[in-house]
Amino acid sequence: MREITIGQYIPGNSAIHRLDPRTKILITFAFMILLFVIDDFTGYVFPVAFIIAASILSGISVRYMVRGLRPLLVIILLTFILNLFLIKGRVIYEIGPLSITYEGLYQGTFMVLRLVLLIVGTSLLTLTTSPITLTDGIESLLKPFSKIGVPAHELAMMMTIALRFIPTLMEETDKIMKAQMARGADFSSGNIIKRAKSVVPILVPLFISAFRRADELAMAMESRCYRGGENRTRMKKLQMTWEDLAAFIATGVLAAGCLASRFLW
Amino acid sequence: MAAEIVAEGVCYQYPQAADMALKDINLRIRKGEFVAIIGPNGSGKSTLAKLFNGLFVPTKGKVTVDGLDTRDRNNIWKIRQKAGMVFQNPDNQIVATMVEEDVAFGPENLGVPPEEIRKRVYEALEIVELTEFAQKPPHLLSGGQKQRVAIAGVIAMRPDYIILDEPTAMLDPVGRKEVINTVKRLNKEEGKTIVLITHFMEEAVQADRVIVMDKGRVVMMGTPREIFSQVEELKAIGLDVPQVTELAHRLRRWGLKVRGDILTIDEMVECLCPLL
Repeated sequence: MREITIGQYIPGNSAIHRLDPRTKILITFAFMILLFVIDDFTGYVFPVAFIIAASILSGISVRYMVRGLRPLLVIILLTFILNLFLIKGRVIYEIGPLSITYEGLYQGTFMVLRLVLLIVGTSLLTLTTSPITLTDGIESLLKPFSKIGVPAHELAMMMTIALRFIPTLMEETDKIMKAQMARGADFSSGNIIKRAKSVVPILVPLFISAFRRADELAMAMESRCYRGGENRTRMKKLQMTWEDLAAFIATGVLAAGCLASRFLW
Repeated sequence: MAAEIVAEGVCYQYPQAADMALKDINLRIRKGEFVAIIGPNGSGKSTLAKLFNGLFVPTKGKVTVDGLDTRDRNNIWKIRQKAGMVFQNPDNQIVATMVEEDVAFGPENLGVPPEEIRKRVYEALEIVELTEFAQKPPHLLSGGQKQRVAIAGVIAMRPDYIILDEPTAMLDPVGRKEVINTVKRLNKEEGKTIVLITHFMEEAVQADRVIVMDKGRVVMMGTPREIFSQVEELKAIGLDVPQVTELAHRLRRWGLKVRGDILTIDEMVECLCPLL
């Protein structure tokens, strides 16, 4: 249970790791949108090249990123199969009432490729950015919207505290489980319903303690003069460098390529 | 402006509680002092600590920090900067996922410029001797180290007073020693005023002055020597005395001529040797 990591961040000091989190978030967004601009196979040359370049620069192999697709395999397969059978057109092969069409095969492969690139591209963001830096980036990007009521600082603070308390609550869960086991609780046998029921005696004390912790933390934060995001300064200032500029230029090239593939060819 | 924390006729009643948690407390904590507050469970010592930095406001009477009244909400952030507070459970007072960022939390809230924050953070980490842990996530630290991170977080706000509410209650003996040594150094070398709430008598002995509380009242006040020589009175309200003091007390009852105000093993040795 201890091994759960959020965001599967791989620590490192590569050019991609060093990029400002804001740069990475914005580029990831741009990348996602551009994937939907592409409307034929030749267009994929650009995002594929982009991913490969990023992978080389970050020192994280494409194979590792593709491995991250495994949990989503069902969705990818489903997308392929639905497209394969449901799109009407020139029939290639017939199985009973179902028929595979040329258009279905084309569309299915096309969609799967889009999905794979989408997942790999976004995972590159979480693989190279620590959760805390990501939070700082989100806060900074949302700040301009705080005037229209987006609670940018509060959201970031909540995420930080959540991240901070994951290991603490994990440890506590472990402790409670052991305490219950010492008194004869059985978590590992029986059917699903029985096992689900056995979780209740873990959750109840865990929640009670989480509320107590929240109360104490609030008091400690107030003692350290916390009064929301106003007039607050930060020790670490996010700063863009020439590397960020280079990344934006590369994204510009990617965008030009994708748009050209759609509208010019 | 008087440089001290003053409580005048302070009473405090928790919402929905029938009884007063504190009854008519009159205290004066002078700058540079090291004061220990002891008392049995429920004697009101933690409540009193929370009145010192304005977390609670007295139901009756008033508390002032350097002349600033805690009842005035305009003073509250100034008071909390002057009187830093360390709590019992180190896990529940660390906010950030990295040691240096947690220490920076206080000065960030005060709006200190980034360069100055970095300077203060590293000064504070040096004082608590945790500089090499600056980049570590706090959950990988020991209890004593976590509590020192919490102390560093308070120091970085540059307070004059540091109030510690049973900071060693959840620590093992090694962690306890680390924290107490840090606290003593803060008092002697950094000139911080310390208010240490504890139920370990061995810790109270190290203070300049001990305040004993029982049932919401201050029942005794004086130097550790004056307080701990009153063995019977302390026992009557359910408190212990340091082991050597207890031993000296029993030896006296046996008719041996030892002093009644012995606080350390060395003193005991000095006292016993001539008798051999």
